Amino acid sequence: MREIDVKLIKEKIENLCIEANLYLPSDITKALDLCYKNEDGALAKDILGDIIENYTLAESHKIPVCQDTGLACVFLEIGQDVHFVGGDLTDAVNDGVRAGYEKGYLRKSVVCDPVLRGNTGDNTPAMLYTEIVKGDKVKITVAPKGFGSENMSQIKMLKPSDGIDGIKNFVLKVIEEAGPNPCPPMVVGVGIGGTFDKCALLAKKALLRPIDTENQIPFYADLEKELLEKINKTGIGPQGFGGKTTAIGVNIETMPTHIAGMPCAVNISCHVTRHKFEVI
Amino acid sequence: MKRINAPLDRETALSLKAGDRVLLSGYIYTSRDAGHKRMCEALQNGEELPIDLNDSVIYYVGPTPAKQGEVIGSAGPTTSGRMDAYAPTLMEKGLRGMIGKGERSLEVVKAMQKYGCVYFGAIGGAGALLSQCVKENTPIAYEDLGAEALCRLYVEDMPLTVVIDASGNNLYKTGRENYLNK
Repeated sequence: MREIDVKLIKEKIENLCIEANLYLPSDITKALDLCYKNEDGALAKDILGDIIENYTLAESHKIPVCQDTGLACVFLEIGQDVHFVGGDLTDAVNDGVRAGYEKGYLRKSVVCDPVLRGNTGDNTPAMLYTEIVKGDKVKITVAPKGFGSENMSQIKMLKPSDGIDGIKNFVLKVIEEAGPNPCPPMVVGVGIGGTFDKCALLAKKALLRPIDTENQIPFYADLEKELLEKINKTGIGPQGFGGKTTAIGVNIETMPTHIAGMPCAVNISCHVTRHKFEVI
Repeated sequence: MKRINAPLDRETALSLKAGDRVLLSGYIYTSRDAGHKRMCEALQNGEELPIDLNDSVIYYVGPTPAKQGEVIGSAGPTTSGRMDAYAPTLMEKGLRGMIGKGERSLEVVKAMQKYGCVYFGAIGGAGALLSQCVKENTPIAYEDLGAEALCRLYVEDMPLTVVIDASGNNLYKTGRENYLNK
């Protein structure tokens, strides 16, 4: 049994919130640079140039890449041999988010009630996801999620008979309906399988995986490539102004499901797909 | 790139065409979801608005807080569609330009044609870049709304693209068609 003081969790989350919002991950910046080179639409190329200038400026001037510094999605993969001491774990996570969003001059974008609204003023509560894994370590991932793209996400309880074409058609329909709204070029997270809720979580987790990696199952790695190609043939382009670069990555995550079902969730993210992790 | 000024006069607004890239300088206002709701409620109740909408340009933005010594934080556009329910009422009162990103409703486009209003796209997600164009930032009203407060900004050479012009031409439609047909 390894004891971890929750103060350490708070400190790590505070830093991860700030860093995730200032520095885009290298898989995203590399993809943007490559798409800029390959883009053949004139206006589209200009826009991609500005997007590259934006993340460069954010890094050098320490300004958040995007003003929507998001809901703080916090993933904790907790080794089963860990025992937390020194206080409440959930409180520590929220304390970390509160401190990070204050110190980092990040926007407070959380309302305390979905219908009655009212800003909580400190960007808490975090969207906390915990998972028990082997070992005595804790992996902390902070993924601030903007809502321009989140609002364009969808889930569908497909029938098994819809098959692989049903999945492809659904993903492309979601992209088509999203159009210019999620600030393309986008990153597309696809979840297939599980239950209604697990499927949505798979799609969100797909967005945590670097876009220069592929699904370990060759069938799904091929599907990722095929969907990316099809999405980029829609012509939506950067910001929806027309062009080759509509998405810079498609990540698929799957899990077993019921004999009667084939759920499919599409979680859309933008060119500011942020995630930063640390293992303690 | 064409240089234009805010407040934006009707003649200039009508001369802009979907797809034009422009650099905007002058005074504009920030407002988004909650601020729009308040302005429209005030108008409904016959109250005065805190700003003069005549020839005004509203930027749909909720910036990050400014660090000490800086004018504004990250300041890119938010999705405009959420302001569709309110935009025609404001156009009736003189609103001449809107800056945001994403599709607008048919009702908004019709009102734009009727009142001579232009919809500009700023690059969504380019909050750091756009913040550099903001030279002054003065809170005007609704400060209790935090990032959603109504502020007056002085901007210099803000890079924008005309997405929907006052004749109803829409770059989201034509830009994509032109790219696919080239």
